[in-house]
Amino acid sequence: MAQLTMIQAITEALDIALERDENTLIFGEDVGKNGGVFRATEGLQEKHGEDRVFDTPLAESGIGGLAIGLALEKFRPIPEIQFFGFIFEVMDSVVAQMARTRYRMGGTRQMPITIRSPFGGGVHTPELHSDNLESLIAHSPGIKVVIPSNPYDAKGLLLAAIEDNDPVVYLEHMKLYRSFRDEVPEGYYTIPLGKANVVNEGNDVTIVTYGYMVREAIKAVDVLAKEGISAEVIDLRTVSPLDIETIVASVTKTGRLVVVQEAQRQAGVGATVMAEIAERAILSLTAPIGRVAAPDTIFPFGLAEGDWLPSVTDVVEKVRETVNFD
Amino acid sequence: MAQTKKANKALDFAAHLKAVEALYPMFQILDETGKVVNKDMLPDLKDEELVDLFEKMLWSRALNDRSTTLARQGRLGFFAPTAGQEASQIASHFAFDKNDILFPGYRDIPQLVQHGLPLHKAFLWSRGHVEGNIYPEDFHAMPPQIIIGAQIIQAAGAGIGLKKRGKQQVAFTYTGDGGSSQGDTYEGFNYAGAFKAPVVFYIQNNGYAISTPRHVQTAAPTLAQKAAAAGIPGVQVDGMDPLAVYVASKAARDWAIAGNGPVLIETITSRFGPHSLSGDDPKRYRDQASFDEWDKKDPLIRMRNFLTEKGLWTEEKEVALIEKYDEEIKEAVKLADQAPKQKVSDFLKTMFEEPTNVIAEQIEFFEKKEGNK
Repeated sequence: MAQLTMIQAITEALDIALERDENTLIFGEDVGKNGGVFRATEGLQEKHGEDRVFDTPLAESGIGGLAIGLALEKFRPIPEIQFFGFIFEVMDSVVAQMARTRYRMGGTRQMPITIRSPFGGGVHTPELHSDNLESLIAHSPGIKVVIPSNPYDAKGLLLAAIEDNDPVVYLEHMKLYRSFRDEVPEGYYTIPLGKANVVNEGNDVTIVTYGYMVREAIKAVDVLAKEGISAEVIDLRTVSPLDIETIVASVTKTGRLVVVQEAQRQAGVGATVMAEIAERAILSLTAPIGRVAAPDTIFPFGLAEGDWLPSVTDVVEKVRETVNFD
Repeated sequence: MAQTKKANKALDFAAHLKAVEALYPMFQILDETGKVVNKDMLPDLKDEELVDLFEKMLWSRALNDRSTTLARQGRLGFFAPTAGQEASQIASHFAFDKNDILFPGYRDIPQLVQHGLPLHKAFLWSRGHVEGNIYPEDFHAMPPQIIIGAQIIQAAGAGIGLKKRGKQQVAFTYTGDGGSSQGDTYEGFNYAGAFKAPVVFYIQNNGYAISTPRHVQTAAPTLAQKAAAAGIPGVQVDGMDPLAVYVASKAARDWAIAGNGPVLIETITSRFGPHSLSGDDPKRYRDQASFDEWDKKDPLIRMRNFLTEKGLWTEEKEVALIEKYDEEIKEAVKLADQAPKQKVSDFLKTMFEEPTNVIAEQIEFFEKKEGNK
């Protein structure tokens, strides 16, 4: 097994997808010869040809229409939106068109499209590069939203997303791209969409999180362990649809829940997790559900990220508060 | 000195605007009376094809008239009138092949039915029944697009797909004059141009986008010239002249199939009725003179005169045909009435190929509810 960064795992998944199915196409702004602004598609055009991996004009909406039209011609498009903050330009194609095509045509057409897009704070990007906008899509029917937190998951989830015959938005946290390496098996493997992962088992409290916040939650586990608090951490991996079964099972066991997200309190999918637990497992709870989220402002100016983004300290404090509730 | 003079000429903006407009003259073959004014450009159509084209136009007018009545009776739902646009809609469609992919807007039902959509399905679409959008695999069209402009970028994408597959087919799509202001419209033209994709784009300019007159949309004197921004050919056609629309469409399709890229066709046309039957009253924004003026340009008049002159048409024939069309429309309504009631559980089943856990839970809930009814 190779030690890969998350971005290397992503490139490897794309390479395998291109190899396995001649209908897969990768396109977007600067994904061809340049290999992508983060090198996610590095070497792919050279290896698979300009017909399979190609650049587009600078127009996100057009990229969405291109993906839809190509899907109607039985291709398996993997378009890229350079930064997820630019999704607003292509919202119609994503949530009003490709997400509803199977439904509106009574199951006679499908849109096997995987939209890749980087997002996430902590790397001091300019405006509208890092915003956590996953809930915009997660709240729309007909489309899945996947957010990996490590190289192993990134590869298996991306291959599963590409194999899926319905549209998937696959969000890549920029701070996770190269921050660490992980063992990643060679060759093809998939991780089922819609399945969460219990990344740390514990008995006192359940922490449900996703994306970069999985790292902060794992850091919190060590701090809390020293205080005698055993935290179970669930990495959602897919934020729509939610793996409710896994979350309910965990909360039923621990009796306490803290949701942790990088998105603003009014955004993200934390509120949905809370609502599901309130509906399905409220009698198991021994304390109110805790929530760690960013403040309800616009994503911060670069220099203010440190004060704005939720961190391990916020997680530890919220867990203490929940565990000590009486 | 000479250089300065040249530079000044390049900055003559008024001359520039005039020169650009001059590149997009109105293309016409039949005048309002059905007289041939452009003999060299007459299409290479056999007599029976000319008759076929006119019969389809008559069918479209009959469909419009009956649909209006049916909508008023509450037997149809959403309906956007098409009377006046028979040349623009039917004669353009006449130039395409069954395997060409049609991306219609919400007013383009006649083309969809001509392309092969059973009429009762068009009625079910109007009423709001999924059956109306269930298209067999080999029916190359998408349901009418409600989001103005979306069909343009999708047609561009499909055209790029056709080119990649090496197919000898084109994608063709329609929007209105208002739709020319959308970002997706420009992006679609531009994408198809950049990829040299086989796509024919139509802007059916009927002068109004609901109540907003054409001149409020843009300062451009023609909509055809919007093609220049994408670096593709654009042509302005008399959209009340079936032969001109057909000839331009055929030429555009040939050009696209030959690998030269897309073409934009602006058809200058009119809608005789309201924007839609959902409460629009055109008398609020159009005066009677405007209707009277366009009535004279009716594409049926000039095509009827043209065929009568050639000894290919009689009034008796027309009366009999309209009766036949009315009968067919009645049958289609009956067929639409037989569509089964829609079930929420079926909707849930078509959200994804495999229901997610969340969806599966809801299917169970609704199936139980539906079973108890």
